Amino acid sequence: MTILAFLIPVALGLGLLGLAAFFWALRSGQFDDPDGAAARILLDDEDDDA
Amino acid sequence: MATRAVVPADLEQTQLAVPGMHCAGCMGKVERGLLELPGIVSARVNLTARTVNVAHDKSVGDRDLVAALEAIGFESKPRRDLSTQRVSAARPLLAPLAVAAFAAMNVMLLSVSVWSGAQGATRDMFHWISAAIAIPAVSYAGRPFFASAWKALRRGTTNMDVPISIGVVLATALSFYEVIEGGGHAWFDGALMLLTFLLAGRVLDAMMRDRARAGVDALLGQAARGAMVVGPGGALEWRDADALAAGMTMRVAAGERLAADGTIVSGASRFDQSLLTGESAPVPAYPGDPVLAGTLNLDAPVDVTVTSAGGDTTLAEIARLMDASTQDRSKYVRIADRAARLYAPAVHTLAAVTALGWLLAGAGLYKALVIGVAVLIITCPCALGLAVPVAQVVASGAMMRMGIMVKDGSALERLAQADRALFDKTGTLTMGEALPDPAALDALPADASSIALALASHSRHPLSRALAKALAARGCRAAALGNVREDPGAGVFAIWRGEEVALRRPEAAEGTAVALEIAGQPTRLIGYADRLRPDAAAALARLAAMGMESSIVSGDNAAAVQEVARATGLTAQSAATPAEKQHLIARLKAGGRNVLMVGDGLNDGPALAAANVSMAPGAASEVGLQAADLVFMQDTLLSVPRAIAAARATMRVVRQNFALAAAYNVVAVPLAMAGLVTPLLAAVAMSLSSLIVVGNSLRLVRAAK
Repeated sequence: MTILAFLIPVALGLGLLGLAAFFWALRSGQFDDPDGAAARILLDDEDDDA
Repeated sequence: MATRAVVPADLEQTQLAVPGMHCAGCMGKVERGLLELPGIVSARVNLTARTVNVAHDKSVGDRDLVAALEAIGFESKPRRDLSTQRVSAARPLLAPLAVAAFAAMNVMLLSVSVWSGAQGATRDMFHWISAAIAIPAVSYAGRPFFASAWKALRRGTTNMDVPISIGVVLATALSFYEVIEGGGHAWFDGALMLLTFLLAGRVLDAMMRDRARAGVDALLGQAARGAMVVGPGGALEWRDADALAAGMTMRVAAGERLAADGTIVSGASRFDQSLLTGESAPVPAYPGDPVLAGTLNLDAPVDVTVTSAGGDTTLAEIARLMDASTQDRSKYVRIADRAARLYAPAVHTLAAVTALGWLLAGAGLYKALVIGVAVLIITCPCALGLAVPVAQVVASGAMMRMGIMVKDGSALERLAQADRALFDKTGTLTMGEALPDPAALDALPADASSIALALASHSRHPLSRALAKALAARGCRAAALGNVREDPGAGVFAIWRGEEVALRRPEAAEGTAVALEIAGQPTRLIGYADRLRPDAAAALARLAAMGMESSIVSGDNAAAVQEVARATGLTAQSAATPAEKQHLIARLKAGGRNVLMVGDGLNDGPALAAANVSMAPGAASEVGLQAADLVFMQDTLLSVPRAIAAARATMRVVRQNFALAAAYNVVAVPLAMAGLVTPLLAAVAMSLSSLIVVGNSLRLVRAAK
């Protein structure tokens, strides 16, 4: 049963990590333009250094 | 790709609305096209909002940006105030949804262990962990519901959020009590699941509104038009429409729209008033004649003394008429709210009766409360909360792909009820622009048409541009001309193979026409007419088959309306003012009809706002777009029957969803009242009913065919 004491915090910690990542994405404007993000992957950006 | 760079102080940030963008190719073209212009530091497209943000040098003006985009084939309009961007309704709900979903999943994991037989200290530990996750999560993710419920209660009414809040708070509090007492049951998972599903419904609802708004905003979001003002000493200065004042003199070039009402002081021209009055024939005006804001100067530059600007123009008067009508329509109660109004008191009564019944039957206060809460949770409108938004989001997504934008969910409900259609003529049934007569173009010899194309391409006059477009579309090549000069108000003149050629205003002609003169050949008249939209007949036939009675109501003169009425076989009312259109709709509504108004112009604004539901083509005036509930982007009138069919299908699915939710309650509520519902059963039943509703709504994916 001691394994539980280890696994539960790990499970919760990973979940919290995911939640934190989502909040970061939300704050940094990743959800501002979902359509554009989906389309942008199709663009050829040879001039990435511009 | 230079994007999101910090903008130095000497740069300006401009946002342009580009409604024509719809794919990755367009994004690339717009961004690259703008970057080629000198003085542009960065260009970043937002495809969702159909806008592009440009950071540029002070030397580059709005008009240069618009011209650059026009050169690569995109129509655009600058938006001035970046500060007043509409806030998204969905974004503030995303964080609560994420928290609720995270907490629900983790608590569910622990609960499943308890249900599968965890005992004693292990169970208590699981319950304590659940409480530690659930209580902060509920207090954070539940705020949208608590706030709305509190607002309703303070005003002495109830809404859907009241039973939700009571259910969630009571379930959490009782569960916590159980945990402290070391009891066997905790309801944290139920409360969190409920919040997750309901928040998902809210997010979908808000997303739909955001999405359609973004599209319409892109069309609408143009800076106030302005005018070139002649200052003392003849200095010319561009001023925004709201900076114009009575007494100023503005110089209006041919092909420009007036930004204010005024009187002509010098020059003579003809004005296209179709936007304001629906009248399609150009109206001539000479010095001393009044001209109105919003009308298009067709022939020659004129100087106009402003008599009224801003809020005093005829345009603003129409806006006031519209405002009054819109307020009338906002009284419409959405179907979800009507359901909630019936549902909330019923659920409360049921839960209270259950708790009381168990008390009277001799159960302890605690047990009676737990069963009462079980009833509240199991009846909580999970599926009901999803029933309407999911169906509407799926349907409006399908319609969006067909080029029909829905501005809000209640528009679909109102459209499904419509049984009477009124069409404006100019710009709605017809294309709204004068096109050269195809018969006259057919009659032109090859050399004459290539001369006409070459001449027309040298002018910005609307008639020339329409002619050039039509000839180019026929595969015609421009002839080589020399010595081209445009004489505003008269025409374009040039030399072709040593002979004089001209495309000019005819001496005398019925209706709108241009004269093509080639030395040594007879003068040819090319007539212009507004043409019916393609598929107009098919669309009207489909409407009739759907049981919609249609007719025309137009501000144009009787002769022009009669022609269209004959072509479409509809009854028509002509020369109707905006107020008369509004009265006609009021009469029909008083007669118990649900009126759909389809129109585009400024003059249709009040009628669009007064009708039960309204549609406008994407090329409509700002006012038309603002007032309409739905906007169709494709140049076919078939969008109207398609939208109605999709709306009716949506309402069918919504009713089915309500029936499914009700059926679920009929099964679940007696079990809950009897005290037989375990937390597991409640969670499973709740999720299942929600999933069925979602699955049923997904059938609408192909609704807009």
